[in-house]
Amino acid sequence: MVTGGVTKFAKAHPAMDFRLMVKRAYDYALKGIPNLTPDRIDGTRISYFSDHFSRQLKAASMVQDYLGMNPKGSVRIEWGGATGGECFQAAYEAVASGRMDVCLAAGYETMSRVATWKGNEFIALASDTNFDFPLGGFYTGYYALMVVRHIYEYLRKTRFAHIADEREAQRLAIEEGTRIMSMVSVKNHRNALHNPYAQYPKRLTVQDVLNSEMISYPLTREQICTMSDGAAVAFLASESVAREFTDKPVLVKGVGCGTDTMRLADRPFGKVPLLPHEKPEDYAGLEYPGVHSFRAGRAAGIEAYRHAGITHPNRELDFIELHDAYSSSEIQTYEDLGLCRYGEGYSFVERGDPFLKGIDYGFPTPRAGAMPVNPSGGLIACGHPVGATGLMQGVFAFWQLQGTIRKHFGDGALQLKGAKRGAIHSHAGTGSSVTVTVLERGFR
Amino acid sequence: MKAPPPTYSKFRDVQAELAKSGAAIFRDADGVDSLVIRYPYSIEYIHSYAQDSPFFLALAEGRLRGSRCTKKRCAFVFATPRSHCMVCGAPTEWIDLPTTGRIHSWTTCHFGGEAFLKETPYNLALVEFEGADSVMLARLKDAVESELYVGMPVEARFDPNPKYSITDVWFVPRK
Ligand SMILES: [Zn+2]
Repeated sequence: MVTGGVTKFAKAHPAMDFRLMVKRAYDYALKGIPNLTPDRIDGTRISYFSDHFSRQLKAASMVQDYLGMNPKGSVRIEWGGATGGECFQAAYEAVASGRMDVCLAAGYETMSRVATWKGNEFIALASDTNFDFPLGGFYTGYYALMVVRHIYEYLRKTRFAHIADEREAQRLAIEEGTRIMSMVSVKNHRNALHNPYAQYPKRLTVQDVLNSEMISYPLTREQICTMSDGAAVAFLASESVAREFTDKPVLVKGVGCGTDTMRLADRPFGKVPLLPHEKPEDYAGLEYPGVHSFRAGRAAGIEAYRHAGITHPNRELDFIELHDAYSSSEIQTYEDLGLCRYGEGYSFVERGDPFLKGIDYGFPTPRAGAMPVNPSGGLIACGHPVGATGLMQGVFAFWQLQGTIRKHFGDGALQLKGAKRGAIHSHAGTGSSVTVTVLERGFR
Repeated sequence: MKAPPPTYSKFRDVQAELAKSGAAIFRDADGVDSLVIRYPYSIEYIHSYAQDSPFFLALAEGRLRGSRCTKKRCAFVFATPRSHCMVCGAPTEWIDLPTTGRIHSWTTCHFGGEAFLKETPYNLALVEFEGADSVMLARLKDAVESELYVGMPVEARFDPNPKYSITDVWFVPRK
């Protein structure tokens, strides 16, 4: 990767349509890179999630057109919530295969064009419309079902195992789980105070998160990402030409993608696919994935780590930008990606591992800096214009690895000192498809 | 000649104007004016349940059907039916599911897609059945948030006026 750009994500950008938004991100990416002239771009991969939001079929052609990219080759990428992450990998494949020397990955979403609850309905059309959608048309409900079971498996059966009254034990476990999930929301919102691109930077407390409006029990408003308008672009180039554009390129070291059943109800109860540092006895008796974990995330992690030669993700990655559409799914994803074992996600938060050093979260984070997760603020605080989101993560990770966060954010608080390797993780509806990409500093 | 529509600097006011007259001008913080119009869309689909049809026809008769893989060594039982097995690819056969089960997981939705807002709050539950290898998603009625728990026994109820929708069946706490 040689450069990238992001528009500030916002509730609505009425003065820019999708083409102009992408153009702004594109211009930002090219600023200060005189050698990356349009004639050097061999082709494009363009992503947006929903034709319903666009109400313009083949909208990617209009982006291609607006950027003046015709008659170069282009493909539209769509893969639910993982659209942006998939677009990044499609551009990687175009370059890695030798087909292109320079490929532009561009993505956008314009979700403000309908009212919020209509938008929720559109998103829920990405669930089985025979069996799931007619029950409520509501993704937050599906994630709530998943986290209630996650809490049952990993808190009820452990910290609250000594309580005989089943209902009481489950109540206490959910209370404990939501308190810890709220810490994740606080982390991401407070990190975002230092990110000018973020839609919702906020100095929240755990209590604020818990007290915010109940959307689908036990998920409250502040634990959920919002609808956004926004665009992001990433330029990928072959190793042979990358240094003509920047002396600080970032290497795409590993790519992985996994999938799972569209319906939550079809998820099997089998065995955990293991990462190199795990043993079968770690998960004796655990029925996997059920609805508590994302098998697609695990599969994507296994492939990406193998490709990148990573055997201990927690030691070998310096940070992750992951798809925290819900504070619950951030915790579930720690486990899928092997940052901690299945069942340890809640303790991982309480110990402070995913927090940043030097930022005040209003509660103790003893191990802050151990494994920073979503230093940018993630989807919860930055917003989630679906087709742009995975590319936004790519751009933020790129700036982290370049050491140029201060330059682009105008604030160096989120710059991780000496970050050499990071990962980005993009996730579609209830974990039906997930991408993981490992990025590494490509210069000394 | 027609005068331009009214200009607003709050997007909320633009939305109100659209509901009234169908057009407005939005002036953003940079002083840029954008013409915004109402742009409705509605459509009727002709939707076939195709291979899932027997399930929905059975609901209308007050029966809950799943499917079982016909390959003896597999015999996976789907509580949400599929006409081909996701494990081995063999065709499945229709079976009757018990009308009683237990809650595998649950939630209470206080919001929903726009079409469902008027039904809030409503409960969703994944239901597990004795002898089935997968579960089923359904509405759960006659119980409030504070009464629900994983493992709760439930039983199916069927709509006496079926609409040929998954909402023709729901669950209630088992007495
Ligand atoms: Zn089978």
